[in-house]
Amino acid sequence: MLNVKNLVCGYPSGFTLENINFEIKRGEFLGIVGPNGSGKTTLLKAITKIIESETGQIILNGQDIAEMNFRNLAREIAVVPQSFNMEIGMNVEEFIFLGRIPHRKVFQFFETKFDEDIIEDAMELTDIIQLKERAVNNLSGGELQRAAIARALAQKPHLLLLDEPTSHLDIGHQIRIMDLLRKLNSEKLLTIIAVFHDLNLASEYCDRLLLLKNGKVHSLGKPEEVLTYQILEEVYNTLVVVQKNPTSGRPYIIVVPHPGKYPKSKQ
Amino acid sequence: MIKSKNQKSKVTRWISWIIILMVSLFAVSFLSLCIGSGGFYLKKIIFAIPVKGTAEYAILFNIRLPRVILGFAVGGALSLAGVLLQGMFRNPLVEPYTLGISGGAALGVALSIVLKIAKNFGLVFMPLLGILGAGLVIVLLYSLSVKKKLFKIYELLLCGVMISFICSSFLMLIMAISKAEDLHGIVFWMMGSLEEPNMIFIWITVFVSILGLIASYFFCFDLNALLLGEEEAIHLGVNVERTKRMLFIIASLLTGISVSVAGIIGFVGLLVPHLVRMFVGNDHRILNIASFLLGGAFLIFCDTLARTIISPLELPVGVITGILGGTLFIYTILKKS
Repeated sequence: MLNVKNLVCGYPSGFTLENINFEIKRGEFLGIVGPNGSGKTTLLKAITKIIESETGQIILNGQDIAEMNFRNLAREIAVVPQSFNMEIGMNVEEFIFLGRIPHRKVFQFFETKFDEDIIEDAMELTDIIQLKERAVNNLSGGELQRAAIARALAQKPHLLLLDEPTSHLDIGHQIRIMDLLRKLNSEKLLTIIAVFHDLNLASEYCDRLLLLKNGKVHSLGKPEEVLTYQILEEVYNTLVVVQKNPTSGRPYIIVVPHPGKYPKSKQ
Repeated sequence: MIKSKNQKSKVTRWISWIIILMVSLFAVSFLSLCIGSGGFYLKKIIFAIPVKGTAEYAILFNIRLPRVILGFAVGGALSLAGVLLQGMFRNPLVEPYTLGISGGAALGVALSIVLKIAKNFGLVFMPLLGILGAGLVIVLLYSLSVKKKLFKIYELLLCGVMISFICSSFLMLIMAISKAEDLHGIVFWMMGSLEEPNMIFIWITVFVSILGLIASYFFCFDLNALLLGEEEAIHLGVNVERTKRMLFIIASLLTGISVSVAGIIGFVGLLVPHLVRMFVGNDHRILNIASFLLGGAFLIFCDTLARTIISPLELPVGVITGILGGTLFIYTILKKS
């Protein structure tokens, strides 16, 4: 599905991703984790061509994304960003219709019945159909996140990228969003790459985790392979205890307060 | 194409807005044709169109009608330029004046007067230099925004305001060192007036503004996507670079031609889109045409006031748009909060 080969890219300010290599198969759920400033969001931006890669390739379904135009890329990949401009003076339904833009035909001026069926589906899946008349800037955090996911689904993507989809939400809404993503992943066979700060959520829901540190891949593998206390203490520079979640058997991270005990960050 | 109830109601709503705006445009135009320093002709126009050769005929078709046509084109062009720029930068304060595009056009026209380019090489050079001036400012703004890729909006806005200041300083410099006759020409033109004796310029303005409106519709979906932000527009498959470049070109053509022919008429590009957004929403599919129509009607109305308030003397139409527009703007903001 997506193959990132020897990717090097970065900002003029100096931060770079170095030599990133990974592959994700159709139907997989990959979590990208890592400390602040480790390059998680940068990696997502490289995949959507917001930042150009300096060397290396990103191959999507056998095609180099450098050779695809934005429109064709948007038909394959949809993004749920961390934040976007909400003051758009639109209701939820109109907002989700924006997701049909990449599929518009050249002289198509109005949405078709086909478009409508797709956004109806998207709203049903994300359970926001009852909110469709509401103004986007009147939504709560959880509702807004579901609307953003519905808009991404309206693009009918094969790959869904999410940037910290649960970061502003309470645990109830976090689980609701994550369950929705799992449902999309397993029932709709949607391939998902999501950036997480919450290691426990990532552990619980992702098939594999990609751990970044200082712009490089530190480790890549199943949650139980990546989320060990040795790796986490090295990467996050803090003390943790890793146990198993008794309900799922997945690794569960417990933080350990340790005032003054641990050396200061070397950065 | 089968549409659901929701879609149909949207289309009906949009069509009704267009009809309402068309009707008000024609009403204002008709009013403007009837009123003037030459006397009140309402009855005469309704019952019998004046016969060719009479004084009424000359006033109606040679003086008033051209003004109405020019008012429609300039008002529409300025409002549309405002809508496009605001959509591109997601900022309601952006318009041809705040970005310095009008300033560039004004400087170009002033140069054509002072350097006698218009006098020696033909009047066409006046609007041409105006468009060139607007274009140069746009190129400057564009190169600034390309250099830093996804450029911050407030920085661009600040640059625009500064360009505007620099242009007006140069304009003052030109006025300070120019001869009395040129000075009169510049001042007269700068104050903004829809009086344009040359019908060709009027038709060029109409042509360019309608062309701009049609061209803007090739980008209405891109503009809708840009509402969410530039990165989000890229995620929706918009080639943001190219779209911005094209919108810049359209906006500079619209502004350049308006400023060159009618002088500096402020506030139309700020006020009209703001009002239209309050009523029809942010979807550029309806916003573009609605702003164009309301802009035309608004400027014709302002011009009618400018002609009649201190009749037989005439006010610069920019005075009316400034006072009326500014007051209405503050009122709507206060009412909203």
